[in-house]
Amino acid sequence: MSLKDKLVSSFMAFENNVDVEHPVHEVRVDALKNFESKGFPSKKEEAWKYTSLKSLENVDFSIFPKEKNTLEYKEVKEYFINEIDTYKIVFVDGIFSSYLSETTHDGVDICLMSSALSKPMYKQIIEVYFNKIASKDDSLTSLNTAFSKEGAYIYIPKNKMPKKPIEIVHFATGNEASLMLQPRNLIVVEENAEVQILERHQSLTSNEVLTNSVTEIFAADSAIVDYYKIQNDAENASLIDNTYVNQKNKSVVNVHTFSFGGKLTRNNLNFYQNGEYMDSVMKGVTIIGAKQHVDHHTLVHHIEPNCESHQDYKGIFAENSTGVFNGKIIVDKIAQKTNAFQQNNNILISDKATINTKPQLEIFADDVKCSHGCTIGQLDEDAMFYLQSRGIPQKEARALLMYAFANNVLASVRIPELKIRINKLIATKLGVNLGFDL
Amino acid sequence: MAYTEEELKKELETKEYEYGFYTDIESETFPVGLSEEIVIAISKKKEEPEWMTLWRLEAFKIWKEMEEPEWANVHYVKPDFQAISYYSAPKKADPNKTLDDVDPELLEMYKKLGISVDEQKKLQNVAVDIVMDSVSVATTFKKTLGEKGIIFCSISEAIKEHPELVKKYLGSVVPKTDNFYAALNSAVFSDGSFCYIPKGVRCPMELSTYFRINQAGTGQFERTLVIADEGSYVSYLEGCTAPSRDENQLHAAVVELVSLDDAEIKYSTVQNWFPGNKEGKGGVYNFVTKRALCEKNAKVSWTQVETGSAVTWKYPSCILKGDNSIGEFYSIAVTNNYQQADTGTKMIHLGKNTRSTIISKGISAGKSHNSYRGLVQVSSRAENARNFSQCDSLLMGNECGAHTFPYIEVKNKSAMIEHEATTSKIGEDQIFYCNQRGIDTEKAIALIVNGFSKEVLNKLPMEFAVEAQKLLEISLEGSVG
Repeated sequence: MSLKDKLVSSFMAFENNVDVEHPVHEVRVDALKNFESKGFPSKKEEAWKYTSLKSLENVDFSIFPKEKNTLEYKEVKEYFINEIDTYKIVFVDGIFSSYLSETTHDGVDICLMSSALSKPMYKQIIEVYFNKIASKDDSLTSLNTAFSKEGAYIYIPKNKMPKKPIEIVHFATGNEASLMLQPRNLIVVEENAEVQILERHQSLTSNEVLTNSVTEIFAADSAIVDYYKIQNDAENASLIDNTYVNQKNKSVVNVHTFSFGGKLTRNNLNFYQNGEYMDSVMKGVTIIGAKQHVDHHTLVHHIEPNCESHQDYKGIFAENSTGVFNGKIIVDKIAQKTNAFQQNNNILISDKATINTKPQLEIFADDVKCSHGCTIGQLDEDAMFYLQSRGIPQKEARALLMYAFANNVLASVRIPELKIRINKLIATKLGVNLGFDL
Repeated sequence: MAYTEEELKKELETKEYEYGFYTDIESETFPVGLSEEIVIAISKKKEEPEWMTLWRLEAFKIWKEMEEPEWANVHYVKPDFQAISYYSAPKKADPNKTLDDVDPELLEMYKKLGISVDEQKKLQNVAVDIVMDSVSVATTFKKTLGEKGIIFCSISEAIKEHPELVKKYLGSVVPKTDNFYAALNSAVFSDGSFCYIPKGVRCPMELSTYFRINQAGTGQFERTLVIADEGSYVSYLEGCTAPSRDENQLHAAVVELVSLDDAEIKYSTVQNWFPGNKEGKGGVYNFVTKRALCEKNAKVSWTQVETGSAVTWKYPSCILKGDNSIGEFYSIAVTNNYQQADTGTKMIHLGKNTRSTIISKGISAGKSHNSYRGLVQVSSRAENARNFSQCDSLLMGNECGAHTFPYIEVKNKSAMIEHEATTSKIGEDQIFYCNQRGIDTEKAIALIVNGFSKEVLNKLPMEFAVEAQKLLEISLEGSVG
């Protein structure tokens, strides 16, 4: 049975475990219909030209994990930013682990999607926000919507800011030979509120895992959202991340994506600017090797005037890895005075690595400044020589230059402990000890 | 100022296509529709050898299996291929006649276009092979070229007289199976130009062809084949104007360039087909496949100025097969009113040390849409490939659109690729500066656009640069505001 058929036929079993009377269930049923008619995207579709899901479609993923698994904190401590105190929403094989988590309802709601979907007090918010910005057309988003049940639910009321950053972590224990997870997150940040969120998917064994995640972020007037995605998963874990951001006047949303691990990673990051005087920032560092595949697919839709967007993606590709960048900026007719910038720089360090990039502009307004720049190249030989002539070994010199190459993106990370962590990940990835705290 | 802005606007809006006249020449036209019989009839009509007929039939077979592509960022009513007549020849034309014997009506038409054949012959030192409604009517300077061993004739003549060259190279760069329109063209191409430059010869003059679409309801299926043998050089110009017509006319040409070791081809195009009137009615569909093959140390340079056609779909490409070969692409695409253009280039780097440059300038005004679509591909064996691309778009008014779709695919670590794109409008302060110095807004815009396009205009041969500049001005008239 193909994965699509399996998913469609298991919807009935899924219905036994959710409240089919809840208004959200209608949304699920519609979404399933859309997925059923479209199926998994193929390479024939322009948006999936460079990324094939074929190999995943043939895996016999189990869709509902059979039993609840527990993990000791010390087993997984290293996957948290353990130097600082954080709120934690932790899932083990898709099931919420209250033991590892730290949620709150103190002024802000940092809890679970399942409880938001079942408790009457959240009903109104769910009605206003759930599946409102996520695409109803995209087949993988629909697939997630159809099976939406669990994930993080974060609601920050007006003028509030949680005391500490929030970590959303998904562990896969490998109890199943192959597991498919579909977390669904909803993040609502009201007027003048602020939040910092980290998201991580971690498989603990080499068993196959496929995560198809959807996150909806709503930033109201003057809200500030910092979202950090750390993608350093095990070699057989694949991730399809669909993130939708809706922004209102004067809000600022920053999304940083750090892709170092995993087998196949696809990031669909979509920004809709429904307001004026706002800023959307998308930054990413990708450093991969082996047969890894990372695909960044961004969309910024400038709907109203006087807004800005900034994109900066850096990639270093070694061995047989493949990198894809497809950035699309749409500026509507009335979105005058838009400033939209996009940059994508890549270094290839192996002849077997491939980079496909397609920065795309679609502009309908005339009083705008839009630009994109894209480069593919190697490390500067003169710079290498300079460092080597000063006694820095070749390997370290290379790592230094690559670190410098990626540093632009790191500069805007606002949690110092996270920055140190990312630096360490980069150093490990480049296989060197730089001998100083980056 | 002599005009108020309102008056100027009115005048420009009502200004019809300058070259929109229709010369009444008796033509021999095939019945509409496309079938195997028509393909055979075209071939017979042109007295082609059997291998050519078979070649066409094979292409027709391939075409029947293909579907019309839809990926381009243009919207139009699809042409009905069964409602087109695939062959039309001016009846009175006779290749044996001298220039003086040419139909006076025809000569009159060239005069209107500003191409007086004999004048060009004497003054401009340009050999003109005029293709009018599919049959070459007059060819000049053949003798001068002949002395150097250069073959410059219509493709039908070449099929008869130089079959070995045609057989070897026709379809070698753009195979019959390449795409929907290339297959169609391969099956029904009526005529076109053929050019062969022998080893080590530098063509002493700019070769030029003027294409015209004349007979109503006749698709123009041109086929051009330019071969530059080892160490040779040629500069080839192609310029186009078409008369005003109500129904959409289809133009599906194929241009193949073969640049052998150390050879250089410079191919320049000025395209000014009827873009439709200001309501977007009428106009030419221009779906062209242009491609060049570069062998070792060869160079191909495409320069194009696109101001016409209702729908343009065109990607002059270079396959940089040989080591050290160079591909260049310089383009200005101007769209106004309801015009749509989806144009760009492909640079396929296969050989070592290959280099390519892409400079594309898009100007959109009115309600038009202008897209740049390009591909830079570096294969895993193409060591030290180098590419620089720049695409700038200029927007005039808030009803037009500018789009860029650059694809970059790199499989070699030694590649150096740079791509830059910008989109902006003409600065208000720039116009203010000009106004302040007594230059009215219309002129100021022409001035600024000229500066914006300079990089590309400079690459055109002298004769074309002047014409192109004029065309830019004409196409953008009335877009102020």
